[in-house]
Amino acid sequence: MSNEIAIEFADVTKRYGTAVAVDNISFTITKGEMVTFLGPSGCGKTTSLRLIAGLELPSTGIVRIAGRDVSQRAASERNVGMVFQSYALFPHMNVLENVAYGPIIRGEAKASARKRALEILDQIGLAGLSARLPSELSGGQQQRVAVARAIVQQPDVLLFDEPLSNVDAKLRRKVRGEIRALQKRFGLTAVYVTHDQEEALAVSDRIVVMQAGRIAQIGSPRDLYERPASPFVADFIGDANLISGTVSGGRFRAGDLDLPMLGSDGAAQISLRPERIALAAGDGSPSGTILSCTYLGSRWEYEIETGFAELLASRPMTEPPLAAGTKVCLTIPDTAPIRVT
Amino acid sequence: MTPEHLRATYATRERLAWLALLALGVLVLPWHQSLPTDATPVIPSAFGLAGAGRGWLWPVVLALPVLAWSSFRDAGGRLFLGLAIGAFLALVAQGFSIGLRGPSHEWVAGVFPASLQGQTGFGWGGFTSGIALLGLIAHALALRGFCRGDRFAASAVVFIVALLSLFVFFPILKLAMAAFVGPDGELAFRPFLARLFSPEIWRLDCLTGGRRCGVVINSLVLGLLAASICTTLGLALALIVSRTSFRFKQTLRALSILPIITPPFVVGVAIIVLFGRTGLITVWGAELFDIRPTRWVYGLTGILMAQVLAFTPITFLVLLGTVEAINPTLEEASQTLGAGPVKTFFKITWPLLRPGIAAAFLLAFIESLADFGNPIVLGGGYEVLSTRIFFAVVGARYDLGNAATLAMILLALTLIAFWLQQRWLGKKSYVTVTGKSDAGLASTLPFGLKGVAWAVVVPFVLFTLGVYAVVLVGGFVHDIGRWDLTPTFAHLNTAFAFEISANGVQFFGSAWNSMQTTLIVSAIAAPLTTLVGIMTAWLVARQDFAGKNAFEFGTMLSFAIPGTVVGVSYVAAFNVPPVDITGTAAILVICFVFRNMPVGMRAGLAAFAQIDRSMEEASSTMGAGGATTLRRVVLPLVKPAVFTALVYSFVTAMTAVSAVIFLVSARHNMATAYIMGRVEAGEYALAIAYSTVLMIVMIVCIVLIQLLVGARKLGRRREFQGQTTPAE
Repeated sequence: MSNEIAIEFADVTKRYGTAVAVDNISFTITKGEMVTFLGPSGCGKTTSLRLIAGLELPSTGIVRIAGRDVSQRAASERNVGMVFQSYALFPHMNVLENVAYGPIIRGEAKASARKRALEILDQIGLAGLSARLPSELSGGQQQRVAVARAIVQQPDVLLFDEPLSNVDAKLRRKVRGEIRALQKRFGLTAVYVTHDQEEALAVSDRIVVMQAGRIAQIGSPRDLYERPASPFVADFIGDANLISGTVSGGRFRAGDLDLPMLGSDGAAQISLRPERIALAAGDGSPSGTILSCTYLGSRWEYEIETGFAELLASRPMTEPPLAAGTKVCLTIPDTAPIRVT
Repeated sequence: MTPEHLRATYATRERLAWLALLALGVLVLPWHQSLPTDATPVIPSAFGLAGAGRGWLWPVVLALPVLAWSSFRDAGGRLFLGLAIGAFLALVAQGFSIGLRGPSHEWVAGVFPASLQGQTGFGWGGFTSGIALLGLIAHALALRGFCRGDRFAASAVVFIVALLSLFVFFPILKLAMAAFVGPDGELAFRPFLARLFSPEIWRLDCLTGGRRCGVVINSLVLGLLAASICTTLGLALALIVSRTSFRFKQTLRALSILPIITPPFVVGVAIIVLFGRTGLITVWGAELFDIRPTRWVYGLTGILMAQVLAFTPITFLVLLGTVEAINPTLEEASQTLGAGPVKTFFKITWPLLRPGIAAAFLLAFIESLADFGNPIVLGGGYEVLSTRIFFAVVGARYDLGNAATLAMILLALTLIAFWLQQRWLGKKSYVTVTGKSDAGLASTLPFGLKGVAWAVVVPFVLFTLGVYAVVLVGGFVHDIGRWDLTPTFAHLNTAFAFEISANGVQFFGSAWNSMQTTLIVSAIAAPLTTLVGIMTAWLVARQDFAGKNAFEFGTMLSFAIPGTVVGVSYVAAFNVPPVDITGTAAILVICFVFRNMPVGMRAGLAAFAQIDRSMEEASSTMGAGGATTLRRVVLPLVKPAVFTALVYSFVTAMTAVSAVIFLVSARHNMATAYIMGRVEAGEYALAIAYSTVLMIVMIVCIVLIQLLVGARKLGRRREFQGQTTPAE
């Protein structure tokens, strides 16, 4: 991965009338990187993707692709490939015509465009289907055609708009693995939009978490999970217990909870992952009472009433279950809590 | 070269092409329609004329070097856009401020003494320059991010707005101004008021048993009666078709397009043949029941009969749509809650139908107000707005001011009805169709209502059959009017005689000329109408640009303007400079394009609603500009809409009369105008024969268009195959 910048947003804002979809965001994406825009619906992630594609133009700010200012350039004048949520395969063209469409439009001779399209189809294992119409393919095959069509022109950036939302749940893990492998194999810069945090964690080099048109945090999947910068990020990526209390003298206190915590004194909020809370029946501090115990197949999930918050905890199946009503003592490793405010 | 550089080169090339066109327009092509008498420049272009003392042309000429310089300095800059707009405004301003007989304001004469000589309308040079300047404006707008930077879409918006302004809104504006012109050509308010409140228009004497009522009252009475009857019949037909075990549903649907391909006047003529003073049924009645034959059919009754025949299919289609859109589970729910069929009909079905009934009523009302063909044939002394407007322009008492005033009243009435209809459809429509399949079965009509419906429908069907029997037979018998049924081709021969000799085919018939014009004009107008309509739909459905709502409103508005108003507004606007095109074939084509364009647009909008927008976005991310995407992705997918638009615009151009009647000339006569002449001369058989030929030609052409457009091949993907037939 070189350090060359593939995409840059500088103070980009997109307004629709008075509504602000993207609110003054800036970031850079390095060449060869796979970056995911993650966030709840309406957070501006799809608009950001479309701003890269040129399907929307920024109201203010500058979008650069491969070093060139493309802010006011139409989509057709940028070199991007995009895989759409609905795949958007042309129903009146067969697979080969779909994939060769871009090169032909950009002025390549028909024969060489077809040859190149066939090569790509071959590489993703669809060579035998080139004469089929999109309606004659399975969902997974359609998706691969959409990817082939997007990468055939060696785009500066490959864009994915929730590409797995039409793939059934079982296949998703496999397909997202294929997408990631393909991106690495071709050394493509890719931007991926999803609202599924697990998907984002699985495929990305870096994740841009968005909230209400702004960037909440940018970081590697591990960064975001282990060091969320805000309650929103902590809560959105994985499950989190958010506990309010105060910090003084290097300790965080809330009810009978007392943990070592660096940082300035005053009101604070910490995030605590459910799997980092150990439970033991009996008295102790901090203490709690089991409200419910749910069997989830791979683990037990507990709701626990404590003096400072209602906590969610999850324990491996190897531990015996604790019945509702049991008094428990909680054990929290010093490294587990992350201060988020 | 990278795609990026390639695109930049394309942009420069396009800009150069527009500049070259501008150069052609101002330097080479003759600026005016005809050369001014006083000046004899070397070349009659704007450049030549400006050099010969016509100084007001300098801004347009100098725009060329200034724009060229500015575009190469910074084509995406504000300056270039401003200069292009300025140059276009200068072109428009000089055209409007100096007319045929000199300048419209005295100060113009002070600055440019030569302007006292006047100037004729724009010629090739003027139009070419205008087009080039609009192209440059669109280019500059696109570079500044208009239409997401798509130059093709930006040009489409700019040109369509310009065309609509010139050919829809400018004539109406001109017409409104004409309403204020006094007898000596001066602007005055008093004559307008005098005309507006003339008893000729508003008097109510007929109610008190005195003389006739005013034309507005006549029009309103006719419109309300026709709308009521058509809606009742349409509803009865719709209920019978969808809520009984009626088996000829498809046949009835197919037959409902019959009035669309029926040329105007022919229904009126058939009614006269049946019910006139010497009509078949009148004579028969006189012999059997000793009823004294009168001219009772001329007037309100006759017009009503013809309009009911013509507009019932429209209300039928609208109401059939409404009835079929009612979710049957609602009626089933009512029945499980204990309501019987009659109670369910009146408590559930009827309230759900009401918005559709209102829409159908208003539609029929608008059509009745706009109708010209039937009142002119059957009106007798019963004058309505459209016929009065016609006689004010074409008759012996030429009075454009009066025609304009009447036209503004007609327009106002229509727009109010149109506005009401839009409101009703927009807000009160209880369409209960969802994406889910409806599980229930529609309940059948209660027995009593079924009887009422049949009682209403049967006379109508008999009447329709009678009229079309006359139309079918009338052209090929000796004299249908006197029930002389000896078969003959004499009428056909009068109209369409030809001889094949050694010198090739020679055409003698009196109708060849108008037939040829009609076919050529329709064949040119249909594809243009479709293009403009589908393009407009594409812009509205798929592009985002500033002012889009106003754009959409404007196009829908142009739909509501009655043909008579369009005709008289074209007369007011286009027989003087700067756009002086009356008497040409072009004005006929233009008139059709902008009258029928909204139908293509509606068909297009319905089709676009069915096609996932991301397909076009995919095409553009792969490097296709708006034009390529439109041609390679959009058009193949909206073929049914293209077909609908082509057929509708072709057929309407063939049968239109209300606007065209004002625009035909001796050189460019249309079939409908010819038929009207024959009807006025009492040559009914000839009129019917010609109409029959027209209908056959239309059917053949529809089949040809079907073959030409072809079917869409999408494999199994049926969900794209949407219903795209517009409501009318």
